[in-house]
Order: sequence, then C-alpha cells, then structure tokens
Amino acid sequence: MIVLEKRPQPSKAWSYATPLVAVVATMVFGGLLFAILGKNPVEAIGTIFWEPLFGEFSFYYRPQLLVKGAPLVLIAIGLSLGFRAGIWNIGAEGQYIMGAIFGAGVGLAFYPLDAWYIFPLMVLAGAFGGWIWAMIPAFLKVRFGTNEILVSLMLVYVAEQLLASVSLGLLKNPEGFGFPGSRNLQSYDAAHNAELIAGSGMHWGVVAAFVAVIFAYVLLNRHMLGFHIRLTGEAPRAAKFAGVNPPRLILFCLGVSGALAGLAGMFEVSGPSGVVSIDFNVGYGFTAIIVAFLGRLHPIGILLAGGLMALTYIGGEIAQSQLGLPAAAIQVFQGMLLFFLLAFDLLTNYRIRAARSEVA
Amino acid sequence: MKFTSLLASAAMALGLATGAMAEDKTKVGFVYVGPVGDGGWTYEHDKGRQAVEKHFGDKVETVYVESVPEGPDAERVMTQMALEGADLIFTTSFGYMDPTINVAKKFPNVKFEHATGYKTAPNVSVYSARFYEGRAVQGTIAGRMTKSNIIGYIGSYPIPEVIRGINSAYIHAKKVNPDVQFKIVWAYTWFDPAKEADAAKVLIEQGADVILQHTDSTAPQAAAQEAGNVITFGQASDMSEYAPLPRVSSIIDNWAPYYIARTQAVMDGTWESVNTWHGIKEGMVEIGEISEAVPADVKAEALALKDAIASGEYHPFTGPLKKQDGSAWLAEGEVADDGTLAGMNFYVEGLEGEIPQ
Repeated sequence: MIVLEKRPQPSKAWSYATPLVAVVATMVFGGLLFAILGKNPVEAIGTIFWEPLFGEFSFYYRPQLLVKGAPLVLIAIGLSLGFRAGIWNIGAEGQYIMGAIFGAGVGLAFYPLDAWYIFPLMVLAGAFGGWIWAMIPAFLKVRFGTNEILVSLMLVYVAEQLLASVSLGLLKNPEGFGFPGSRNLQSYDAAHNAELIAGSGMHWGVVAAFVAVIFAYVLLNRHMLGFHIRLTGEAPRAAKFAGVNPPRLILFCLGVSGALAGLAGMFEVSGPSGVVSIDFNVGYGFTAIIVAFLGRLHPIGILLAGGLMALTYIGGEIAQSQLGLPAAAIQVFQGMLLFFLLAFDLLTNYRIRAARSEVA
Repeated sequence: MKFTSLLASAAMALGLATGAMAEDKTKVGFVYVGPVGDGGWTYEHDKGRQAVEKHFGDKVETVYVESVPEGPDAERVMTQMALEGADLIFTTSFGYMDPTINVAKKFPNVKFEHATGYKTAPNVSVYSARFYEGRAVQGTIAGRMTKSNIIGYIGSYPIPEVIRGINSAYIHAKKVNPDVQFKIVWAYTWFDPAKEADAAKVLIEQGADVILQHTDSTAPQAAAQEAGNVITFGQASDMSEYAPLPRVSSIIDNWAPYYIARTQAVMDGTWESVNTWHGIKEGMVEIGEISEAVPADVKAEALALKDAIASGEYHPFTGPLKKQDGSAWLAEGEVADDGTLAGMNFYVEGLEGEIPQ
C-alpha cells in the first residue's frame, strides 16, 4: 500500500525538479496522444520543440518567441507577486485590454502629429489603464472585503465589452469603410512600437519584460516589501507581527500586476498587433497564470516558463501545418503541462512511502 | 529593413525552389478562424480545401492551421506557410485582413486570397459570397412560418456583412408578414458554442419561434431543438443533422469551385488580383434542402424567389426602401449598388434597436 506522508519541510529539491518532471511527463503523454491520433510521436514532439529553435526557418521563429513570450512574462511577473502573498488577480486579461485601449487611445488622439513624446505618453497611459482596472477589485477588497478573484475575473468581461465598444465607435478607423477596428498604429511612426533592431523581435515590450524580471528578483530578495510579500503568503500570522499592513500590500500587488498587464497590452497593440479590434485579446492574461505557476512564482522561473509556453504555441502551429495535427491536440498538450505540474507539485510537500498493510 | 530583405530573399530562394518543383506540386495553404469541425464556416472552407485536393490529386499539396486568432498570430501562421513554400494562401476570416496585407508585402511571389475583406494588393485578392441573397430566401420562409411574429437573430459582429444579412432577412420577412418583429443579439464571436446557445435561449425566452444565426456553430440548432416549436436555418453549412426540425433550410457556402479555379490559375501562371463577390447565380451561395416541415406553398414561394435572384431578375435590395431613421435610401425600382452594400452600416426602416457603436 502506498501512503502520502506530509514532509516536515517542503522539499527544495522537488520544488526545482517538478517543472522538469512535468515537462518530461507532458512529452511522454503528449507523445502518446499524438500516437493515438496516428502521428509519429517523436516527429510531433520534435517539431514542436526543435523546429522553432533550430529548424530551417528558425531565423524567423526565434524572434517570434520573444514576441509571443514577452507579454506572457510581463503579465506573469506581476501576477506572481500577488500570488505569493495570497492575493489572486485572475483578471489580467481585462487589465491587458484596458492598457491597450488607454495606450492606443492616447496615440490615436495625437494622430497624425509626429513628436518624440507620444510613445512615452502611451506607455504611461497603458500602465495607468491596467492599474486603474486592477484598483477596482483592490479597492473593493480593502474597503468592503469583497473577493478579488471574482471581481477581477468579472471585470475581464466588462473590459471585453468596452473593447468592442471602442472598436466600433470611439477608436474606429475613420478611413475603414465602416468596418470595426482602429487605425493601424504600425503605420503611424510616432506611436509604433517597432522592433529596436530589425528582425530581432526585440520591441519595447520585450525590454520591459526583461526589466520586470530583474526588478521582481531584486524586490523579492533584497527589499523589505518583497520580504513582506513572501511572509504574508507563507506565514500570515508571522506577517502580522512583522508589521505587514495588509491593505497596503493588496493595493501594491494588484496595482503592480495591473500596471504590468496594461503595459503588455499597450506594447502589443502598438507593435505586433497594431490595431484595437474586437478580437484584440487572445488570452495572454489567462495563459500568464499558467506561466506564473509553471515558473514557480520565481522571476527567473517565469522567464523560462514564458519561453516554454511561447515555444509550444509556435511549435504547435508548425506541427499543425506540417503534420496536420488538430489545434485541439496542441491545446490538450498545453493543458497537460499545467496538469502535470500541479500533480507533481504534491511531491514538494508530501513524500510517497510504501507502507506495509497491517493485519487487523 | 534588413529583416524584410532577409525574408524577401528567403522567399525568393524558395520561390525559385518551388518554381523548380512546380512541375509536380503546387502548395496551397489555408488559415482558419475556427476548428474544422465547427460544422459551419470553417467546415465549409475545409470542404473547399478537400475539393482542391481531390480535383488536382498529386499535383497539389494542401496545408491548414485551424483556430488561429486574428492578429499577430495569424501573421505568424501565414509567414510560416509562405516560408515553407506555399504558392497560394487562403486566409478565411475578416480579421486576417491587415496580417494578410503585411505578409503579402514580404512575399511578393506568393499569392494570397483574403475572404470577406476589402484590402487588395498585386498579390492579394479578396473574395466573398453574396450571403444576403440567401438571407432573402430565409426571411421569406421565416416570415411565413413564425406564429409569435418574433424572429430572433444571433449576430456575430456588427460589420457590414452581418448587417446586410439582417436587413435582407428583415425586408423579405416583412414583405410576407407585415407584423413581423426582429430581436437581435450580438455575440461578438464567430464561433463559441456556449455563447451562441445562450443567445438562442435568450431569444427563445423573449418569444422568438424562428432563430436566424450569423455565427458558425450548431449550438443554436441544438438549443432550438431542446426548446421545441422553434425553427432554425443552417448557417454557412447545411447542418442537415438538425433537419427536418428545427432546421428547415440553410445557406451553404460553396467555396470549392472558386478554390479550384484559383489554384488552377496559379498553376497556369494566370493568377491576377481580383475582387470576387459571387452569389446564388454562380453557385457560391446555395440554399439547402427546404424540409417537409415547411408547407408546400411557402416552399414554392421561397424557391421562386431563389430562382428570381439566380436569374438576375430580382435583387434583394430593391426600392422603395428607407433607412431606419426614415430617410430615403432607394427609390421605387432602384437597386442598391455594390459599394453601398459592401460598407453597409445602417438598418432599414422598421428594424428596432441600434447597431452597436
């Protein structure tokens, strides 16, 4: 008989090992899935993980990894701060949308003026849009004790409606023949978040993601506030004695995650996407939750996890067109990753022991 | 700049490579907004793809990627197809417009065909079907069949294509039943079975006994079946698994002839950028079997309308017609021009509610 025994201390070794074990298990079971679908599993897994990095057209896919991974990392970093302290912002998708609307709105307001200060203003507006949207659940939680999970999640749907509204009205391209969607910011130089080095995929959002990783690392390891965040999550009672002010922590964590999600939205709308449209958001805010946990809520881990997620997206598309794998299979594959991570996470806190069954 | 030229040179190298191989295989790519199993829009495009494969056999190779979000992801998928040597790429959703134009610029030797958009380039064609012709037939049946005089309409996005359909269905329902009233719900999605089912249920609760949909899944059909006494029409695809009730007829998008013709043009080297808008006459829009649940006289009336449209004798937007605000639009006998129809952003007189702004 097998029993689970709680470890006196969470295992450090397992907490590092579980993401790797989860990736391996995903490859094994994903391969099995592909085999059942009648595809060569080695070829399929190889296509997903190898092709984007070292395949024939990796010169195009590698920069795309940055483009796809940057918003995930930027949002996940913000979320991880709150998650560590037990503050659950599930509505990053909404904050991402609001950042995009605010950022693009400021840029379009200046159209067609050409001035150096437009883009920085858009960055500020984007961060502000995400921040203010996150302040709603934060304020309600601090003032009335509402559940931030529900409020932040519900506000995603409100943001989606607002997005539809501005795409059809306020920000609609006046030269768009009545079709919804804004002007394309890619063709408005002063507001365009272009690649810093052409062909590298490096746009300002990627830079911001790297900066966020460094800041989060320093904050969590070297700063009193970071200590408070960790303490609140790990030992709430001790945190109280250490003088943590919970409302301030809630406002800070939700505010930062909102602002970072807003920035991600702003960099996306002014760069890779270009237009505010009804379908602008594609789920980065939700996927970032997976990225945050896959990265163990650790800044460096999140950086790696964001890269891995981006890899499965891009590799998945290649597998679809080259091998004819259905999109749903790729989504199941991505879902497995989180599933196995959470499953193996058990081993961090518990150990498996073979117990002799005793005769009664 | 460097990147563009890099891509361009890669494309040229590939162009040469595929040019050399062109004798044996033409590669055709398809980018889909929904899953191929949606039973509607994407399903029909994929049937078109299969028809291309069947028609040309070994001479073509087709590839597709499904459920591609509109935006940067679509751009990447198209680039990937072009890099891998596609000669012709069909991008089958309105939201792929800017990505298609962007990628087409980088691959001047690859031909692109964008469905339902309006931006063309030397290597980008646009194509769409006159779905509103089918809507006229639907509206006639709906107006005759409704007992509550309330017709529910599930809109996807308030874009001209959808608004045109609503107007056409309304005009023809009203013609045969002056008491008819339309209730419109906007789902803001092309494909989301849960949302579509909810929209159908809301409309049924509000008294609608006919549901028209401009979304791609069969979920509204299932919701109608569950409610009973509600009729529906297949959208984009026949959806005949719901016949004879609730599905009494359908609009079928038949892309196969167009896809085959365009692939042939690429093979022959005669491909040119065109703006195609075909309807019932050319067979791009088909009316699915009208089921036995529809009385014979109504069926005859609907088929007569279909034939009149097919022969060009009748245009679904023929005056006298007024706009919703009461202002004049088309005078007696006047027919709407394609430009106005293409950018249609107003309801006709009698429709209630506002187009979301």
